[in-house]
Order: sequence, then C-alpha cells, then structure tokens
Amino acid sequence: MQQAVSLSADASRGPEPGGSASGAIRRGSSSGVLGDAIFAGACRAAGVFVLLLLGAIILQLFLGGLDAFRAFGLGFVTGTDWDPVQEVFGAGVSIYGTVVTAVLALVIAVPVAFGIAFYLTELAPEWLRRPVGTAIELLAAVPSIIYGMWGFFLIVPFMSMHLQPLIIDTIGTLPVIGELFAGPPFGTGILTAALILAIMVLPFIAATMRDVFLTVPPVFKESAYGLGCTQWEVVRNVVLPYTRVSVVGGIMLGLGRALGETMAVTFVIGNANRISTSLFGPGNTIASVVALEFGEATMGSLKLSALLGLGFILFVISFIVLSISRLLLRQRLKG
Amino acid sequence: MVSNRLLALTAGMAVAIGITAAASAQQASITGAGASFPAPLYQKWGEAARQAAGIQLNYQSVGSGAGQTQIRNRTVDFGASDAPMTDEQLQQNNLLQFPSTMGSIVPIVNIPGVADHQLKLTGELISDIYLGKITKWNDPKLVELNRGVELPNVAIAPVYRADGSGTTYVWVSYLSAVSPEFKQKVGIGTSVKWVSGTGARGNEGVAGTVRNVRGAIGYVEHAYAAQNKLTTTQLRNKDGNFVEPTTTSFQAAAENADWSAPNFAANLVDTHGATSWPIVTPTFILLPKNPQDATKAQNVMKFFDWAYKDGDAIATELEYIPLPPKVEDAIRAAWAGISADNKPLWPAR
Repeated sequence: MQQAVSLSADASRGPEPGGSASGAIRRGSSSGVLGDAIFAGACRAAGVFVLLLLGAIILQLFLGGLDAFRAFGLGFVTGTDWDPVQEVFGAGVSIYGTVVTAVLALVIAVPVAFGIAFYLTELAPEWLRRPVGTAIELLAAVPSIIYGMWGFFLIVPFMSMHLQPLIIDTIGTLPVIGELFAGPPFGTGILTAALILAIMVLPFIAATMRDVFLTVPPVFKESAYGLGCTQWEVVRNVVLPYTRVSVVGGIMLGLGRALGETMAVTFVIGNANRISTSLFGPGNTIASVVALEFGEATMGSLKLSALLGLGFILFVISFIVLSISRLLLRQRLKG
Repeated sequence: MVSNRLLALTAGMAVAIGITAAASAQQASITGAGASFPAPLYQKWGEAARQAAGIQLNYQSVGSGAGQTQIRNRTVDFGASDAPMTDEQLQQNNLLQFPSTMGSIVPIVNIPGVADHQLKLTGELISDIYLGKITKWNDPKLVELNRGVELPNVAIAPVYRADGSGTTYVWVSYLSAVSPEFKQKVGIGTSVKWVSGTGARGNEGVAGTVRNVRGAIGYVEHAYAAQNKLTTTQLRNKDGNFVEPTTTSFQAAAENADWSAPNFAANLVDTHGATSWPIVTPTFILLPKNPQDATKAQNVMKFFDWAYKDGDAIATELEYIPLPPKVEDAIRAAWAGISADNKPLWPAR
C-alpha cells in the first residue's frame, strides 16, 4: 500500500521537470514520427527474426534427420540399437537417459533449492543473505566444462571409492530396491550424471525461487504469523501459493538446462548405449551422443543424419516439456 | 619512436618483396586439418619447419572424419586421417594418400599388485573381455597365461573411447583380426556398438577412468601411456611371442609390414615378425592430385619431405614411430602423380 502511494506521488510530480523534454520532442515532431517508425520497424524485425531463426533451425534439423527418419521410421525413436558399423541407429536409449537424468536431477535439486531460497528469504541473518545470494549466482556462471572436469576428477573417484561401495553393501542387498543400486562401482553412470546436473541447475532454481519469495508482500506473511501460523505453515499456505507460477517457471528453466546439458554429462555418464536397471549403470543422453559422435561422422552419411535427427528429437522433447508446464500453469491459474 | 620503427619495417618488407621471390617463399603458409592423434607431432614439426624450411603450418585437429570432409571440399591444403580412405573414395575425390608417421596402441590396466609390462595378454582374451565373456581377473585362462603373477578376484571393467576416434578404429581392427566372434558381433569403425563396459571421452578420459576403477582395462595411444606412466601389458603377436610395447617392437612391426599395398594403406595390425608389436598404425595425409594452388601443394610436399629427412628426432621424442626410409622414398616417388597444368609439381624446383 505504502509503495503504491509513493509511486503515484512520484508520478504526479513527474510532469514538471519533464516538461521541457517533451517540448523538445514536440518541436522536432517530423523526425520523431520517422524515428518512431524506424524504431517500431526495427523492433518488429527483431521479433520476427527470432521466429524465423527458430523455424529455420527446426526445419534444418528435421531435413538433416530426414534420411534417418525414412530409413528407420518410428523405430528411430523406439529402437535401442546404436551400431555405427552396421549403420543401425535407434534413439531409444539416449531418450531414456536424457529424461531419466533430467528428472532425477530435479528430484535432487528442487528440495535443496527450496531450502536455500527459504533460508535466504526467511531465516538467514541479514549480513549473510548477500554473500550466499551472490555465491549462488556465481555458481550459475561456472562453465559446464568445469563442472565436467570437477565431476570427473573429484566426484567420480569419490563415488567409485566411497559412496557406491557403501550403498552396494547396504541398500544394494535389499530384494527389490537393491536392483537400482547393483553393478560394479565405476563411479560414472546415470546417478553421477544426475548428481552433477542437479548441482548445475540448482543455482537457476534457487535464484528464481529466492527472487519470487521476496515478492510476497510482507503484510501477507505478517498477518499469517499474527494468526499464529508456524514458519512451515506460512510457506505452505502463503508464500508458495502466491509464487506458484514463478516457482514452476524456475523449475522448468532448470529442467530445460538439464535436458540439453552436454559437456558435463559426457564426462560422467559412462557413455554406453544400454538401458540399465541400476542407477550405477552407464548410459547416455541425446546431447552426449551428438557431441561424442559428431567429430567422426562423415558428410552425407546416415550416421550424421541420425545425429541431426537426435537433435530434432531433443527439440521436440524440450517443446513438450515447455507445453506441459504451460498447461499446468494455466490450469492452476484458472483454479 | 614506434611509428618510425614500423615505417622502417614496412619499407624493408616492401623492398624485400620487390627484390626477391625468396622472401615470399619464406612466408609460405599451408593449412591442414584432420586427425587428432598426430596433431602434437604436426605442431612440433610445424614449429621446427618454420625455421628450417620456411614453411608455416596451420593444422586444425578436428578429427579424421572432418579432415576427410574438408579436403574433399578443398577448404584446406591437405587433409589428415587415421583410417585410410578406400581406393574408390580416393579416385572419386582425386586424392593422393600417403602416411606421415606411425603410432601404436597399448592396453592399460589397473589391477592391484600388477606392474607395468608384467601382465601377459592375447588378442583373443582381450576380445573375450570386451565381449563380456571373461569377467574376473582370476579367470583360469588369464591365470594360466600369467604363472607367477598374483591375479586377484576382482571384476574386470572394460573401458572404451566414447567419442568416435582413430584409436578405436585401430583397436577394434586388431580385435577383429584375431577374433572372428568380435568381428561379427562388434566389427570395425571409428565408433562401434560395445557389448560391455563403460565409455570415456578421449585418451585422458580412458586413462582417468582406468586409474579410478579397480580392475579396469582400457586402450590408449602409446605416446599417451608413456607420458603419463600408465600400466601397460605384454601382448602375444602373430608369431606367438609375447612382446613389450617398446620402440623396438613398434619398429619391427613397421619393417615387417607389406608397404606395397595400394595407396600406402599398409596393414600394420597383427603383422608377422618375431618381435613385432601387434597394434601399430600409420596415419595418413590426403593431397589433391589436381591442386588449385600449385605453390601451396608444392609447399605441403616440401614440408613432409623435410619432416621425413629431419623430423625423426622430434617424432621419436614424442613417442611416434618414424617411417622406414624405403617407404619415405616410395612416397616421394608417388608425389609425381600430383600435377598442375599437366606439369608434375615434384621434384620441386
């Protein structure tokens, strides 16, 4: 309320100092009209350019992958064979790997990101909020190759020497759930990739959540506290409902990055074209396959076509994810 | 001060260009692209040749496949490829192919208690390991071959190159040569469908994974293994002898290879010879037979002529294997096939 009042006060004070400026614009009105037209045209061109660019990329990927789509039909999406020698290509394993690692990454990252955001907005002492907030933003600026090397030289040995043997010896011996944690402790694999991805998407989600948590009017929270709500109840019933749309948006941003991440994943996922029941088993993702195989794919070969086709599929997956998130948001907004 | 010096320099350059043609030859630059395996050597050769032969080499290490594409489109002066092109491909694109140097591939292992050059392996056993048929280091077949070596009860973790690479091409060529089953199930290519194990990116990725994982086996270029002091093994060659990966055994393989193969596509995998290392490979240069720029093509040949004459020391230092002199002479003779305006560009003068 107070803010709104001060804003309108600013607006009412506005015209006086701005008067001479608007007079100047009025005096040069003919060039102003021309300038407006140019400006509007340039902005429209920029907007159309983005659309054209996106369309051209999709079209290019589709045309490039056409040979592979023709050769294998729907089998290109469902097939799990990737044999460059026999020229049999199926994207099934990499689609599976892409989706599983991205979803697992979110499962790990979202609760942590929520904790960070909540701590920073509600619990942390004032002097700590800025340094921690900056640290999270810096984490988002670390290039993915650094995460890849860090993962390969630090996380992978740690997983293979400490964490995985421990899990294999404990949870791995249980009847059904043990299947998820079977196999030799390579250190690389689906779980390690998801872990690295989680760390990579964490700052995006956490930063978004923190920013939107800050937009909740203090009055709302104060009234809830005044009614005797606990901190959890305030978050659950006031902060989250108020910021739901933006929180989902932030998570989708993270999911988008996790789906397309290439460098870091190729270092730690184990790069095998197999679907394993174990989370420790190696796998691959669409982006990692394209990155690894591209260098030796000759021009005009079926393999290159298959790789471009993979790119198209990744595009489609991202599009589906985006659509679902929009759909969810719309329903909730209506509700 | 600075501008004066600059002026003097430009004036000097103008005079030099005006007076002698040799000056322009001194700035001769050639471009090449392709295989990453010989890239460090080409880099060093390039540095040395700038002084010695006056040729500046710009080499892009983009991978063999991309190298072939680039020379096919004639966007570079020469292409480089680990895997030879077929005779048909070469004729189609009007290219001449010749080897520049050789390298070798070695198995690396991480087995507790096993030292460098200690473990004895055969190609058949390695095939079985990569096919997932032998899964423990204390498998009877391995124990029988390695009497006196304490082999632990540890699972074997095969590691392969996940990125398409010439190293993989040579490695699976060898395994396919010794094991019909491997040839049928996996086959030969720069990237193949692996049946078991895990993939890592690049030599450094394979070496890193092998170092991290107890019981791992992998393969890298010898140069990489030597520089990083990795644990390599002995291999049984075609004559039935166990040989260690050393310069001597590599050179023996080169001496015993049949270099009369068309387009110099000699097969150095699993060659005869009592002391031959079984996984040696040449790496190739691709030159247009009808170059658009005769001078540049000539400079490429001058560059490799210099490298054959004076580049052996650099090659050996970097753990590459120089070609036998008789092969180098045969290559120089083959250069006569490159011509512009119906005039052969070699011997250059």
